[in-house]
Amino acid sequence: MTIERPNRPAMVRKPGEYFQRDRDIHPPAFTPGYKTSVTRSPQKALLSLEQSLSEMTGPVFNHNALGELDHDMILNYAKDGEPIGQRIIVHGRVMDESGKGIPHTLVEAWQANAGGRYRHKKDTYLAPIDPNFGGCGRCLTDEDGYYFFRTIKPGPYPWRNYINSWRPAHIHLSIFGPSFSQRLITQMYFEGDPLIDICPIVKTIPDEDAIKRLIAPMDLNASVPLDCRAYKFDIVLRGRRSTLFENRLEGN
Amino acid sequence: MVQPLNYFKETPSQTAGPYVHIGLAPAYAGFDIFENNFSNVVAGPNTKGERIKVKGRVIDGTGAPVRDVMLESWQANSEGKYNHPEDSQDKAVEDDFLGWGRICSDFESGVYTIDTIKPGSVPGRNGAIQAPHISLWIVARGINIGLQTRVYFSDEASANAKDPVLNFVEQADRRKTLIAERSEENGEVIYTFDIHLQGEQETVFFDV
Repeated sequence: MTIERPNRPAMVRKPGEYFQRDRDIHPPAFTPGYKTSVTRSPQKALLSLEQSLSEMTGPVFNHNALGELDHDMILNYAKDGEPIGQRIIVHGRVMDESGKGIPHTLVEAWQANAGGRYRHKKDTYLAPIDPNFGGCGRCLTDEDGYYFFRTIKPGPYPWRNYINSWRPAHIHLSIFGPSFSQRLITQMYFEGDPLIDICPIVKTIPDEDAIKRLIAPMDLNASVPLDCRAYKFDIVLRGRRSTLFENRLEGN
Repeated sequence: MVQPLNYFKETPSQTAGPYVHIGLAPAYAGFDIFENNFSNVVAGPNTKGERIKVKGRVIDGTGAPVRDVMLESWQANSEGKYNHPEDSQDKAVEDDFLGWGRICSDFESGVYTIDTIKPGSVPGRNGAIQAPHISLWIVARGINIGLQTRVYFSDEASANAKDPVLNFVEQADRRKTLIAERSEENGEVIYTFDIHLQGEQETVFFDV
């Protein structure tokens, strides 16, 4: 005897759209305490889009794009010696909001030198350029989402927001993830820095807990004895729905 | 009490700052450190399709160009296929087409240029077709979280008229902020796309 069943494809589970971004933990566009945002902030509401293939895909990089020393800022610009300053490792995991490690994704970093000066033609701070320090690095996460850089702890530096504004020591980080909708730039701060609490750029973030997630603790266990201390900085990108749907061919 | 959901929260965004070039485009910041540098050239010599340049300025609320802006672009190839494992369309992608570019504006004029090919139409949601477009992500000093928008093409009027995203912009007059104007200069196809961060002509930005 044949059992009559409706002629429909079975339900399957497949990765779907990325979670809606929680805008409450991100800085809004208009933050007058950070003066430059005043004329560079959109004033109309963002238009919320349901994701299509255009948002759910993004560039995939491979190891060929990177050089051997790209992740090692102590060595990647060393000319006649090593750079001056405190030797540190910055390490952690790139994961999504479900805690799943994001493998083989590009992490890029840039920073000032130990004296707080960037190797950038627009930076005119009087602290000297370090001839052996470039201040930029990049790496791909491993299969578990783990990444690390070796570098010099950056110095704080003055900037023209108020007359006496100083940025806390920080490293800029740029992260991709598999989808263009996860693209993120952030800044990592160092545990114990008194400038964090009074920084107009840190204070663009409206949520106290979110600010804490940008402060890297010293991680003695990951240090290299007699050589280099470590700071741990985990990075969370947007997570992703599992969609349950009928297994028929469709564009998205 | 209920069981905890145990989600992690996204890392908050911070501005890319004035020195974004040093990390993401060091050659542009005036020094040589990496062997391979990312650039504004999206398509290699083997990539099929019409060669185009998308050019424009990012303009702030006072009308001045933002001269330290950095953009990234993401697009499909001329057949409408993304170079990504989740694009399951039965179409080929050229081996020198990543589909992604990183673009710095000129420090003096503020003009940015994307050197690419014109993308094809790509699938939308629920069987819809999206008009050819390039996705952009914009960061700079003073921008606290990257801005997302799309570039459409003025010579695709009938595809644009049916595009689900353009049609989703409620104020029909604002749709034109997403459409780049085609022209030809010295045999090159140029699409002009100015991005207005504020004001009457403010570009439509998306929360994707």
